[in-house]
Amino acid sequence: MRNRHNIFQLLDWTTILLYLLLVFIGWLNIYAAVYNEEHQSILDITQRYGKQLMWIGAACVLAIGILLIDFRFYSSFGYALYITMIFLLIAVALFGTEVKGARSWFTFGGMAIQPSEFAKFATGLALAKYLSSMNVKVKDLRTKLISGVIIILPALLILLQPDTGSTLVYAAFIIVLYREGLSGKYFTVAMSVAVLFVFTLLVRNLEWNLPFDFTLSGGWILVFILAIAAVIITIVFRKIKYVWQVVLVLFVLSSGVIMSVDYVFDNILKPHQTKRIDVLLGLEEDLKGAGYNVNQSMIAIGSGGGFGKGYLQGTQTKFDFVPEQSTDFIFCTIGEEWGFMGSSILISLFIALFVRLIMLAERQRSSFSRIYGYGVVSILFFHFAVNIGMTIGLAPVIGIPLPFISYGGSSLWSFTILLFIFIKLDSDRLNIL
Amino acid sequence: MNNRKYIIGFSMAFLGLIFIVRLFYIQVYTDKYKLDSRNNVLRYITDYPARGLVYDRKGRLLVYNQAAYDLMIIPKQTLPMDTDEFLNLISLPKKDFIERYNKARKYSSRKPTVLVSDLSAEDYGKLQEVLFKFPGYYTQPKTLRKYPLKSASHLLGYISEVDQQIIDQQPYYKMGDHIGRSGIEKQYEEVIRGRRGRRIILVDVFNREKGKFEDGAYDTLAVSGKDIYLSIDAQLQQYGEQLMKNKKGAIVAIEPKTGEILAIVSKPDYDPNMLVGRIRTKNFERLKADTLKPLFNRALMASYPPGSTFKLINALVGLQEKVLTPDTKYTCYSGYNSGRFHMGCHSHASPINLEFSIQTSCNSYYSNVFRSIIDKYPTAEQGFNVWKNYVNSFGLGSKLNIDLPGELGGFVPSQSYYDRYYQKGKWGSLTVVSLAIGQGELGITPLQMANISAIIANRGYYYTPHLEKSGFHQNIQKNETGIDTANFNLVVSAMEKVVENGTGRAARKEGIAICGKTGTVENPHGEDHSTFLAFAPKDDPKIAISVYVENGVWGARWAAPIAGLMIEKYLRDSISDPALEERMINGNLINPDEE
Ligand SMILES: [Zn+2]
Repeated sequence: MRNRHNIFQLLDWTTILLYLLLVFIGWLNIYAAVYNEEHQSILDITQRYGKQLMWIGAACVLAIGILLIDFRFYSSFGYALYITMIFLLIAVALFGTEVKGARSWFTFGGMAIQPSEFAKFATGLALAKYLSSMNVKVKDLRTKLISGVIIILPALLILLQPDTGSTLVYAAFIIVLYREGLSGKYFTVAMSVAVLFVFTLLVRNLEWNLPFDFTLSGGWILVFILAIAAVIITIVFRKIKYVWQVVLVLFVLSSGVIMSVDYVFDNILKPHQTKRIDVLLGLEEDLKGAGYNVNQSMIAIGSGGGFGKGYLQGTQTKFDFVPEQSTDFIFCTIGEEWGFMGSSILISLFIALFVRLIMLAERQRSSFSRIYGYGVVSILFFHFAVNIGMTIGLAPVIGIPLPFISYGGSSLWSFTILLFIFIKLDSDRLNIL
Repeated sequence: MNNRKYIIGFSMAFLGLIFIVRLFYIQVYTDKYKLDSRNNVLRYITDYPARGLVYDRKGRLLVYNQAAYDLMIIPKQTLPMDTDEFLNLISLPKKDFIERYNKARKYSSRKPTVLVSDLSAEDYGKLQEVLFKFPGYYTQPKTLRKYPLKSASHLLGYISEVDQQIIDQQPYYKMGDHIGRSGIEKQYEEVIRGRRGRRIILVDVFNREKGKFEDGAYDTLAVSGKDIYLSIDAQLQQYGEQLMKNKKGAIVAIEPKTGEILAIVSKPDYDPNMLVGRIRTKNFERLKADTLKPLFNRALMASYPPGSTFKLINALVGLQEKVLTPDTKYTCYSGYNSGRFHMGCHSHASPINLEFSIQTSCNSYYSNVFRSIIDKYPTAEQGFNVWKNYVNSFGLGSKLNIDLPGELGGFVPSQSYYDRYYQKGKWGSLTVVSLAIGQGELGITPLQMANISAIIANRGYYYTPHLEKSGFHQNIQKNETGIDTANFNLVVSAMEKVVENGTGRAARKEGIAICGKTGTVENPHGEDHSTFLAFAPKDDPKIAISVYVENGVWGARWAAPIAGLMIEKYLRDSISDPALEERMINGNLINPDEE
């Protein structure tokens, strides 16, 4: 056994440094986003940067606490933490405080906690614990189903709040399953479903008027075309064994996807969400509503130019032109004040963090630590991809924070816990078998 | 398996590269997103729509908007100037000006602050001509609600600025917006407020306007609020308020054929203009602290025992249940006796029939009727539930769903209520006999009372009472009591006698067939309450009314004459007995000594 003294020497300081750098950049830009001449004290807790500073302090304490807890705690209590989080998610959906139509928050006095943020690391731990247990192989159907349940259960509960953004984050765990041996076929299937999904959205509002007062909607037209294609393929490849069975199964599955898109759009998503997706797909020019945020955010980023307007010199992100500028749209402030230079440096920092985390995950001797490590990198990557993607018009406007950068106590703490559990596991990698 | 780490790592790095390429396109390559390359910024201008007006049933204006102006200051843009000339124009002492200027600076040097609110039109006119000499100051138009009749405060309600809670719950509202807080202003908020518009203009660093952003492609037009027409008769409403001066209580008048409310008076009240503009907060606090509760809308929210007026319902239920006929006679020796139980009554001839029982309002008669209804069935519970269903069908015990916020449903006790109170099986018709004469646990609002009158006027049904006439109210229903018209006709003729030569003589008006019923409600805290319900004319009812005067002693003393005057005013628009009118108006039941 190693001696307790060198616990800090065994920590991966590259990751910690990247973490501190990102948190610092985040705070600087929150300051810039809400900056005005009258409130200049950085400790003013009536202002967001003052509060964020408090939360950063608390996050550091939290990180140290995590490092001091015995590493065995995280694997032993993986399921217990997960089950606790599931109950909290049920509780918040029932008794939470409603803010802007979603019950995602518990409020105590002036504090507000968002359980869906903390469910992420608990799910990562539970999944790692399950996949690393004896005789569990991702190739088995049983394993796939149970992993699926572990991932989807919290996602569904979050959807009840409803918080679509946080729900989608759970899709990131497919990266973990892929690393652990999920066949590439599933990826292909997932991608095909996604393509079919987008395609259905594109033709959804089409209508084809037939004689006898009969109208065929976009979805049915697509099913109709697929049916013709299926018949042609069956005839052309009739020599191949089982061809018609395979074609039939594929046809039924695709039709199912197409029909469920209509269902999801008409019954599950809220009007503003379907609108955002329609705008992203270019189906709707709505510069005043959903498209407006993205347009404003791109104007802010674009106006930064090559080298930016300089710190605290931004004009677009001041005066509330960009919505949610210190939370979901914080990247606008960075783009405007630091220009192409600054924003590409930030992206490089994130990529460096991801690559470093993959390297750490791969050097683990225990599969529990490796799987958890991949869980961490997947979650962080998903947030990064969707958040920055939306501010530059490459992803739909889904309100999820940029890790370590966005304003908000719950999200900062949850990302800190997520990352530091892994740093702890890594520092003890030689002890874990 | 081992190459998967590379696939994952490279995919992530690849996405990073795509982002960087995209950023290069947006920030460096294209000019499409550089609208502020010349340092232009966008300025958002909100256009506030005018709030809708409110009219009465004859098109008389009840609520309108008056233009007013706030003088705004942006401290950062101010320059040295001739302060004295400026202050003369707005008649503001220099000391106050310095104080307010410093306060504005402390709040924000770049955001506008109100320096003087509600400028008079005169000051505004003078100021507007010379304002160009004073950079950093500008005027901002706004509107104030005005209530020209100074009446119907509870009914019309008031508006005030939204608070953080409303902003969180309803995303439409922004800081500084107004919202209806009570009455019609609240009920029809979405119709009456309209929708605000937004324009975006380009301004340069010197705050000079450079025209519309993208030719107005992002602008939305303000939609003005819609006007509301009420069924209220403003003249009758004001008359009712005048009659109820210095009294506590309520008057509700309904047009029976439609359910339209003609007047809805609650006293004490206040001048609605008190809750407008700068004086609002101060006055509101004062009204809230007032022990006479002037903010409390008694017509909808006060639940009173109905007293003897409730005997009408018991008569109707008895007739329908066939335990009572017009010829049924009961004795009354100054009250009702059963074993050791005694309920008092005033002295009158005995025995009596149905018609006379209503005319003289005999307690004994109705104790007998009520007990015969309950005891018709095998158990008291069954009988009671049959009785309660009839009572509920008169719109009692639940809200009538008038289109005003805050309505109470009143209270009709249920079987389980008595089961809890007396234990199951331990109570019978005698235990709850106070219901026979409208005492006991019953609670009825003045609105429900007027509605009973409308039901009798219609001989058996009512429409949801409502105020709004221009089609925004979608939920007006016809409700039936299930009691035969013939039974109503018997009660109606008796009610006519009540006014002709019974307890309600004080409401009599020559040439108008008024049907009514008095009520006196025992009040353990002071003088009894006086109540009266009535409708007229008997054969083609145009108005059904309830009057409730707290501490009015007898129904006949205050409530009946006030109801009579209201009916005469509405049907004839003139008053035949000015002496009576004067006595009613001058009656002071709040501070009787001041008379
Ligand atoms: Zn009697």
